[in-house]
Amino acid sequence: MKKVTTLTKTNRLPYFSLYFLWIGLFVIAPVALIVYQSFFGIDHSLTLSNYRTYLSSSVYLRMTFNSFWFAFLITVLTLAISYPTAYFLTKLEHRQLWILLIILPTWINLLLKAYAFIGIFSQSGSVNNFLTFIGVGPQQLLFTNTSFILVAAYIQIPFMILPIYNSLVDIDPAIINASHDLGANNFQTLWRVIFPMSINGVRSGVQAVFIPSLSLFMITRLIGGNKVITLGTAIEEHFMTTMNWGMGSTIGVVLIIIMFITMALTAGGRKGKAKS
Amino acid sequence: MAKTETILELQHVYKYFDDFTALDDINFTLDQGKFYSFLGPSGSGKTTILRTVSGLILADKGKVLFDGQDITNLPAEKRKVNTVFQNYALFPHLNVFDNVAFGLRLKKMAKSEIDDRVVAVLKVIQMDGYENRMISELSGGQQQRVAIARAIVNEPRLLLLDESLSALDQKLRQQMQYELRSLQQRLGITFLFVTHDQEEALAMSDEILVMNDGKIQQSGTPVDIYDEPINHFVANFIGASNIVPGVMVRDYEVAFVGKTFECADAGMRPNEKVEVVLRPEDIDVTTPEQGKLVVHVDSQLFRGDHFEINSHDEDGNQWLIYATNSIEDKDKVGLSFTPNALHVMRFNEDEADFDARLSQYEEGDNAD
Ligand SMILES: Nc1ncnc2c1ncn2[C@@H]1O[C@H](COP(=O)(O)OP(=O)(O)O)[C@@H](O)[C@H]1O
Ligand SMILES: [Mg+2]
Repeated sequence: MKKVTTLTKTNRLPYFSLYFLWIGLFVIAPVALIVYQSFFGIDHSLTLSNYRTYLSSSVYLRMTFNSFWFAFLITVLTLAISYPTAYFLTKLEHRQLWILLIILPTWINLLLKAYAFIGIFSQSGSVNNFLTFIGVGPQQLLFTNTSFILVAAYIQIPFMILPIYNSLVDIDPAIINASHDLGANNFQTLWRVIFPMSINGVRSGVQAVFIPSLSLFMITRLIGGNKVITLGTAIEEHFMTTMNWGMGSTIGVVLIIIMFITMALTAGGRKGKAKS
Repeated sequence: MAKTETILELQHVYKYFDDFTALDDINFTLDQGKFYSFLGPSGSGKTTILRTVSGLILADKGKVLFDGQDITNLPAEKRKVNTVFQNYALFPHLNVFDNVAFGLRLKKMAKSEIDDRVVAVLKVIQMDGYENRMISELSGGQQQRVAIARAIVNEPRLLLLDESLSALDQKLRQQMQYELRSLQQRLGITFLFVTHDQEEALAMSDEILVMNDGKIQQSGTPVDIYDEPINHFVANFIGASNIVPGVMVRDYEVAFVGKTFECADAGMRPNEKVEVVLRPEDIDVTTPEQGKLVVHVDSQLFRGDHFEINSHDEDGNQWLIYATNSIEDKDKVGLSFTPNALHVMRFNEDEADFDARLSQYEEGDNAD
């Protein structure tokens, strides 16, 4: 409190300049560089051909659609698992402990988790052992769309649960009592009161999951193999293998635009609420 | 409301929170179309009673009867009771119209009828024109009205109000007291109002139920409870009282401060230890010679319509007096009162015995 009152315009400047320096160096400069790079062809000439190629090639458009589709499926699956889980968590007694257990996996390196799943899903992994045991026999699990979506959803779940959980615990229990008092059963209360009141948490969760899911590449490679090709893997390909930085940057620009659109779409309701 | 029929009855209701007894053998009946108040200090169990009536919690023991039917274990959404909650509990994601229409929509009512009913009830609470406002855009008094509208639009037989006026400022609160009372009389719905404010309860109610420690101490009309409190707690909680220890010499004679006085109470054992209540407005100031008691004035405050006088007698008992004039000679002042002004209370008398004794011995006094 004291700090805020003593912060005058002049001595506030150092704090702000640090902030602007950070934003400038690590947000604005890289984005500007990507945009700049995207106007260079593979022969280092200034050109719009990267964009022309992107928009006219069915390969890239298909890739874009694929990314969207996978990100959508991952988000829907994550939401379907996370909402009931978050709701259930609010009813538990040792909530802080359970929340900690949900956050814990996010502290483990993504690569480690991906390798763990390779072990679990491999031909001699525990899932196939189980399938053999019940007589189904070993199946190809790794390098399929399903395993990719499952693992991606597993990794994203904490980022969906937390904002939803927070918006659910913010709901005054008296409001839920009021709903029952007015004749709503549990399901009607969930649908008409609890869900609309937690919609901001759902929005934040969808943003936190959908946007990163668009540009996944590590687990796409490790779990999806070469079968799943998304914008994320395409960028990696262009930068690391074909060395076509211009094309890679172009896809990056497209991703950034898609992110902004997604954010605008999911934030829309919040503004609307404040206005009405 | 010519005919009075019982709408709600609680029989030997108990509620426990772990080891704590929140409701301790609660018994009462409510008649159709009357205004009842539960009055008691914070933590006395008022909200817990409302919640067992509305179904938000279930009684651990005993029975809740509504219209003669046992609803003890019926969930809240199935009861024909609506509640105006302590902090309104309006839906922040809905506007005024949708808040009020909430209950009707659940009943799958036709849209046109919902519209008519909501508009009509908003008119009753003088909030027409506010249909599209969000809850956060309303003042406390307006939220209060919407909370009432949201409940009464469902035409409940019984409306529960939990400290509904406590959050409002003094002036608005008095205005809402009048409005609530007249609304209740117009609608003919039974109101069960909970408050810790004794003036509010006295002003609005047909009947008051005084609570303490999870028990109903006394129930009756405001005048009965004010004039004839059953015990020290009730006498103290409702209005200002002088309460002194005494001895019941025989019927209609009580002794305190070393003297014996005529009184209107009877039916106790001879020489039984009792407490005597004398309301400050029932005491007249006179000369020491004419006074039944002689006191020394410690302080006096001008309260606008009366002087509030603090004094003590030779035994050290404190006496609070509301007098029309200030007192000049503070050393020795006479106090006089009529036999009817004295009210004698027995220790640990339960309400049934108290009522029986009063009806037996006070028939003649009811004329005043
Ligand atoms: N859900 C609960 N769990 C534990 N104790 C409770 C609960 N609800 C109420 N109590 C206790 O029961 C007593 C009565 O509470 P309440 O009915 O809310 O009192 P009032 O409305 O008269 O202020 C209080 O001591 C309160 O702490
Ligand atoms: Mg209460």
